Amino acid sequence: MKRISKILILSLSAFTFLFVSCEREERGFRVEPPSAGRIESKQLTPLQAGVPTANPPVHNEYEENAYAMAEGKRLFSYMNCVGCHAHGGGAIGPPLMDAKWIYGGQPEQVFATIVEGRPNGMPSFRGKLPDYQIWQLAAYVRSMSGQVPFDAAPARNDDMKAKPPENSIEEAKPIKNMPRIP
Amino acid sequence: MNTDKLKQDRQEEQDKRKILSVCICVHLWTKKMVFNNRLFFVLLSFVLSGCRGSQSALDSAGVQSARLENLWWLFFFVCGAIYLIVMAVLLAAFFRSRREQKRANSETQPDVMPNPEREKRLGNIVKGAVAVTIIVLFVFMIASFRTGRAVNSLREAEQPLVIKVTGHQWWWEIEYQDRIPSNNISMANEIHIPVGRPVKFELQSTDVIHSFWVPNLHGKKDLIPGYKTTFVFQADKPGTFWGQCAEFCGHQHAKMRFIVVAESPEDFNNWVVAQRQSSVQPATNLQKRGQEVFLTTTCAQCHTIQGTPAYGRVGPNLTHIASRSYIAAGSLPNTKGHLGGWISDPQKIKPGVRMPMNSYSSEDLQALLEYLQTLK
Amino acid sequence: MAENEQKPKEEKDEKQSPILTPETIEHERRELEKTWFEPRGVIGWLSNTNHKTIGLRIICTAFVFFGLGGILALLMRIQLAFPENNFLGPDLYNQFFTTHGSTMMFLFAVPVMEGMGIYLVPLMVGTRNVAFPRLNAFGYFVYLIGGILLYAGLILNIGPDTGWFSYVPLAGPEFSPGKRVDVWSQMITLTEIAALVGAVEILTTVFKQRAPGMSLNRIPLFVWAMVVTSFMVIFAMPAVMTSSSMLSMDRLTNVSTHFFNQAEGGDPILYQHLFWFFGHPEVYIIFIPATGFISMILVTFTRRKTFGYTALVLSMIATGFIGFGVWVHHMFTTPLPQLGQGIFTAASMMIVIPNGVQIFCWLAMLWSGKWNLKTPLVFVLGFFAIFIIGGLTGVMLASVPLDLQLHDTFFVVAHLHYVLIGGAVFPLFGAIYYWFPKWTGRMLSEKAGIINFWLLFIGFNLVFFPMHILGLNGMTRRVYTYIPETGWGELNFLATVGAFIIGVSVLSFIGNVLYSLKNGLVAGDNPWGADTLEWATSSPPPAYNFQYIPIVQGRHAIWERTEDAPVITGLNVKKREALATTIHDAAPEHKYELQSDSIYPFLLALATGGTFIGVIFHPIAIPIGGVLSVLALFGWFWSNSLAHIRSTHEEVEKDPQNPEPSLKPVEAKI
Repeated sequence: MKRISKILILSLSAFTFLFVSCEREERGFRVEPPSAGRIESKQLTPLQAGVPTANPPVHNEYEENAYAMAEGKRLFSYMNCVGCHAHGGGAIGPPLMDAKWIYGGQPEQVFATIVEGRPNGMPSFRGKLPDYQIWQLAAYVRSMSGQVPFDAAPARNDDMKAKPPENSIEEAKPIKNMPRIP
Repeated sequence: MNTDKLKQDRQEEQDKRKILSVCICVHLWTKKMVFNNRLFFVLLSFVLSGCRGSQSALDSAGVQSARLENLWWLFFFVCGAIYLIVMAVLLAAFFRSRREQKRANSETQPDVMPNPEREKRLGNIVKGAVAVTIIVLFVFMIASFRTGRAVNSLREAEQPLVIKVTGHQWWWEIEYQDRIPSNNISMANEIHIPVGRPVKFELQSTDVIHSFWVPNLHGKKDLIPGYKTTFVFQADKPGTFWGQCAEFCGHQHAKMRFIVVAESPEDFNNWVVAQRQSSVQPATNLQKRGQEVFLTTTCAQCHTIQGTPAYGRVGPNLTHIASRSYIAAGSLPNTKGHLGGWISDPQKIKPGVRMPMNSYSSEDLQALLEYLQTLK
Repeated sequence: MAENEQKPKEEKDEKQSPILTPETIEHERRELEKTWFEPRGVIGWLSNTNHKTIGLRIICTAFVFFGLGGILALLMRIQLAFPENNFLGPDLYNQFFTTHGSTMMFLFAVPVMEGMGIYLVPLMVGTRNVAFPRLNAFGYFVYLIGGILLYAGLILNIGPDTGWFSYVPLAGPEFSPGKRVDVWSQMITLTEIAALVGAVEILTTVFKQRAPGMSLNRIPLFVWAMVVTSFMVIFAMPAVMTSSSMLSMDRLTNVSTHFFNQAEGGDPILYQHLFWFFGHPEVYIIFIPATGFISMILVTFTRRKTFGYTALVLSMIATGFIGFGVWVHHMFTTPLPQLGQGIFTAASMMIVIPNGVQIFCWLAMLWSGKWNLKTPLVFVLGFFAIFIIGGLTGVMLASVPLDLQLHDTFFVVAHLHYVLIGGAVFPLFGAIYYWFPKWTGRMLSEKAGIINFWLLFIGFNLVFFPMHILGLNGMTRRVYTYIPETGWGELNFLATVGAFIIGVSVLSFIGNVLYSLKNGLVAGDNPWGADTLEWATSSPPPAYNFQYIPIVQGRHAIWERTEDAPVITGLNVKKREALATTIHDAAPEHKYELQSDSIYPFLLALATGGTFIGVIFHPIAIPIGGVLSVLALFGWFWSNSLAHIRSTHEEVEKDPQNPEPSLKPVEAKI
């Protein structure tokens, strides 16, 4: 009997351990979005006047959820973020896959950047997207620089086209009658 | 416009289904009672003859599906006859074993050296049965090749109407292409075709594999990303037919439906002319407010309304949304109430759909609905 | 065979042989009991390598998964009972139908057939154990880990949700975020390893360990069926392991290959080809063993010799070959060239011919035999009534134009259940009623068996017959709901009612098994008066199967056995020895020591499973798992080779005067 109970306890604890990672797979179609209340007062730089105050960072639950980040990735192209930031490498807009953040890289700062827009071209999405979708976008943006759990981050896209596929590049043919250099 | 017709069809349909299900109950009951499948096919053919409706492979409305239907009935009756014969043999063997010998049990002396002549006779019967099988299979094969060729013969038809169909998760984008780009029509989940003229569908998918299927008109064809496929069919009688995505494509595969409206060439032309118009401009204050809501909130991010600054290409084109019979890819009739429910809580109606949940004040929602209802 | 010549010789041999005195027999029996002692305790349970124990474990595990898959099916049927039902919702429904399909295919149908093979084949060919007993144990544990992975996944909300064939790009990295599809693909890989292992076991055992005299043309038909199946497994499974591994590599963030990405030169249709190159033979991998059951049951219960033995064997082999040439009929709606599709139509129709031959031969047996109408035979009759409908609808699906209408609809769902439940589950139930006395020594209740049959038969037809009509009325498969306008409600409700009748029938079966285990009639060695070798030993058989390996004198080993039939003596009773015989004639070649019990197969299975599961989450699992696997293999072969040094291969002396060595009682010198 003792042995059986031991096995039971072991397997139960193993299961609870595994359940922790359940959040990663949740397909939250109708979940309540995380609060966006304190966004207006978010600090963008560590510099501030007076005594430093601890500002607990907002925890974006979507950063542990693979489905939400995949939705974020979809919105990233639906909302034409790709147009300026490319697939994170940056073009007209700054790259998003490096460690450099102009307006801060914390979840709430990314959120604020998307909501409010930034000078030099970043439009404001206030009212254009529901909050929960902006949080999804923010989670995806941070995933590009590897700031989210490794096993929840989205993988490659099916349509990334860096160059034409190798098997559809025409074979280079030697040019006949090429003029010879004397 | 089409809703009444559909409703009427639906009513008739439901009556037929009721009769049909009773038939099946009776049929299964008889099967149970007699352990004999003789009644099976008589009833079955009766039951199947009730397969009529706006989404049935056995109620053909076009030349292709008629050919497919003929082929089906050939297969059906031949296979049914084969089944009956086999079951009859089995049954005869059962009674024979009862009549000729008393019931055997595990002590019965096994027949290790059966009568060679009888074995030979049985062997010949088996050989004959195999020969018949082969002949039947040849008939099937040739019939199937002939039908296949006939079904594809429309491909070469001249002057087909060209419609581009793009599968999205989980709706159908329908584009009528014209030589003059401004005459193009962009629709969603509703295809209008003229009766008697071949229609060439150019199928493509932007995300996952979908499959385009209107059972009353033709079989299905897969939309595979990266492959451009064409599909030609023709409607020979007017009517409204359901189509549905047939390849599993994710959460809302079930609600990726569309309708095909086959109408007379005149009606079709009128429809085309109407669809080419720009959107109706809002007349009342409420409608104007609605348009403003549309343009300044989430709607315009994804949807286009021609004649307004809304040009999102992500969701369906809403220029003439009020002219459609259904919304949400055939899952809800297009009424004001449904539209309101759909806009504010699409994730309840189609969980996982790309349309986000919106929270409008009731005035804004009313205005928006008022505006959308005008977009005939 | 010239029996007259042999009899005097045998008598002479027996007189000369001092071994077969009652004392010797009793002594050797005790020695064998000691040598083949099955270890006890947890460690012993994990290191047991007896094929009967492993076989029963596989069968029981497969039935547990059958039950779980069935529960999922019931839940899905509740969801579909009414239009616009909100019982499950799309996310759960998609996980359930994927898990249901994958369970029934990979965790129930294939393993249960292999489990039957692993239990029965060594008994039927008259040997002591399978050829590689440790590999056998390894196969079981890998399969178990694969199954637990799938269900742990489902419980933890990582249940795969893209259908049992997980087409890309839907199952690819972009459209299936998270680890759900990875769980599926690793489950595939693990269960296919187990299937391959079982196939290798069965082939080697059949080809090298048959009892003397059981030349190829005397092998029982079930053994033939398992041979054909094993060959199919060996050729088909690598294709699906390839496709699932490629899918995994496409999906894993660190690897991100582009095998199926059209934009980078990959091809989503490639996946379909790879999958169905396995997927269609899979159907025959499930069906051919079932035809073996039917042939065995018919011989016993019509009390006559097999009708058309050669034809039945050849048609199984033909099915095995043609089965690899029909896979494109799953892809008729993809943009493939017309002519190519025509060829696959022809091939798909051709496969009806060997199956037709089988059915006609069985009908001839039923026609000319004396029926002993017991539950196994009743299930076989049910097979005829159901499978033939499935076969005929299969002919319809083989035709390209008809398939355009029927593909991916509920018609296909009906067809595949008619084929798989009618063609495999009915014979399987028959087989379990047939062999249960052999496994446990007790008979299953006949009355409960008949109730079980009728409930299953009626319930099955209630569920799946209406689906034909639903399919023709446009209901596509894998829809989690439907709108009332479609008018599919009534037939779906009927189907749901039928599903619950099937549920009751399975419960009655479970009840029957549990009741009969304790209270069933005591069976005796051969309760059905059957013909094959497994009935020549006690029920349940001893760990070593046969005290003396019998010599086979005909196709129906027991029925054609003469009173003074010779047996093999001289196998070392102190070692786990088996007799290796030649492939074709089964003439004795040499003695061969089988591997002993060991915990290492279990450890290796843990390492393998851990590697495949771990790699979903982090690539570090590969080196770690590799090292652990090598360590486990070290232990495995080290202990094996020590045992091996003790024994030497001893050639059996052949008698130059006897041209028919297989019919001679063999006395190997020790």
